[in-house]
Amino acid sequence: MSEVHMMPPGAAQLPRLRRQPMEIRALKSGLLTGLAWLITLVGSVPLFSVIYMLAAEGGSRISFETLTALPPAGFETGGGFGNAIIGTLVMVAIATVISLPIGLLAAVYLAVLGPFSQLARVARFVAKTLTGFPSILAGVFTYGILVVSFGYSALAGGVALAVLMLPTIVLAAEEAMKEVPQKMKDAAYGMGCTRSQVIWRVVIPTGLPGILTGVMLAVAGAAGESAPLLFTALFSNYYLSNLMEPTASLSILIYNFSAMPFENQIELAWTASLVLVLIVLVFNILARLVGQPKV
Amino acid sequence: MNVNVESAAVTAAPRRATAGLDAVIDCKVEKIYYGDFLAVRDSVVPIEKGKITGFIGPSGCGKSTVLRSLNRMNDLIPSFRFVGTVKYHGQDIYDKTVDPVVVRRHIGMVFQQPNPFSMSIFDNVAFGLKLNRYKGDADGRVEEALTRAALWKEVKDKLKNSGLSLSGGQQQRLCIARAIATEPDVLLMDEPCSALDPIATRQVEELMLELKERYTVALVTHNMQQAMRVADTTAFFGVDISQGGRTGHLVEMGQTRQVFEDPQQELTKQYVSGEFS
Repeated sequence: MSEVHMMPPGAAQLPRLRRQPMEIRALKSGLLTGLAWLITLVGSVPLFSVIYMLAAEGGSRISFETLTALPPAGFETGGGFGNAIIGTLVMVAIATVISLPIGLLAAVYLAVLGPFSQLARVARFVAKTLTGFPSILAGVFTYGILVVSFGYSALAGGVALAVLMLPTIVLAAEEAMKEVPQKMKDAAYGMGCTRSQVIWRVVIPTGLPGILTGVMLAVAGAAGESAPLLFTALFSNYYLSNLMEPTASLSILIYNFSAMPFENQIELAWTASLVLVLIVLVFNILARLVGQPKV
Repeated sequence: MNVNVESAAVTAAPRRATAGLDAVIDCKVEKIYYGDFLAVRDSVVPIEKGKITGFIGPSGCGKSTVLRSLNRMNDLIPSFRFVGTVKYHGQDIYDKTVDPVVVRRHIGMVFQQPNPFSMSIFDNVAFGLKLNRYKGDADGRVEEALTRAALWKEVKDKLKNSGLSLSGGQQQRLCIARAIATEPDVLLMDEPCSALDPIATRQVEELMLELKERYTVALVTHNMQQAMRVADTTAFFGVDISQGGRTGHLVEMGQTRQVFEDPQQELTKQYVSGEFS
């Protein structure tokens, strides 16, 4: 015991409270903390190297022209992928318009109306299975139901993306609405709310940040999909003029251009990748912003 | 006036109470079940206009169950079954033609746990007004309700803040303001102070005494001193374990002073003297 500590007369020896940095326990703790840091750094290497690579390879070609012009043919110089940006945004919008209402209402059923019913059990299981669904199958499915009769179109692309977004939205919205405390629902019933008023005025508004986060993540995922679009929207070298025509998308443009033997196209593929990542990033940031409670 | 209940615990015959003529709610419970479990039996509990009726009794005696039956809140529990009548201004609220949603708009409720909505303080209080499509001066009604709930001074500069940002006692007063904004006839309070500290409890109790000027209040409390401080009439519920289950029933009901100072039933005497709780 060091002399600095004042010992009250007759008191038993005081416990040693000083830090002992050389003790085995402290060393182990330090080692594990260091390891966790290191592994976190290693884990973020792929993410940051991809972003770095895209910025390095594609950043130089970002310009008004590349963001607006039509894709170049064979030996042409210049050009861009404005039609693909529009196509991606339009198809994601179609997919959201289809999957959001269906997903939200299904989630209302799963979370509030009949959480323990047989139908809910089955629907939940199906939704969970669908989240791990290979995305190309969404394309094949839509090919079967739409493309065979109506041909390749932006609409078919949107439907394929909606199929992929739906389970994510359902599960996220269900989770968000389940987290609304029972006591809040009791309060609403106690005020004389009908069940639908409880849902629309309390459960959905309270769960809204979580619901929107789920929607935005689904949107971000859909924006980057290429496989389902191969079978449904195909590609087009022109601006979108009709939802029932083949439509360009960033992901398919990247796929096409990266395999071409022309320097110009390969550069544009890099730039398109960068733009796609930025779009997804914007959706993610939006998801985080709306995910914060307003009051 | 005295609504003494004859013969206690042992007999299972429905009790007759000389209900006050101005009983706003005349509750006659024959049986309340949760599934097969008989939770409450044979209790006649008239709630008088303009008074605070306190429900006391040990845990599991069914006092909350009876209270929540008065505005059909228990309907939300799927296995709940009520046998008997609850006459609200002479009309049985358990009649098949009655809409429980409308009942709850007249008979408001304050819960044990403060449960403000996840919205601003203003929106919390205005919630019931919007629900009833109130067209008048909503701002004025919100201010009035918050003032009557003794919360206006504390929140008037932050009506846009979340109701959840308030302290526990403030949240409970917000819930009271929310309940009274729509001018309900009766206010049911289910242990409204059990989650509050002594100072907040004091404020809510003072508030109850002011509220009874305008509303009829029924109050479940686990705290006998609270019943003595605020209740005009007290109903004492006991638990009957003789028939295997734990069935609650009304043992005695009367003016608060009489119930505490001159209980007519042995069980009441034991309870108010603190022999069990």
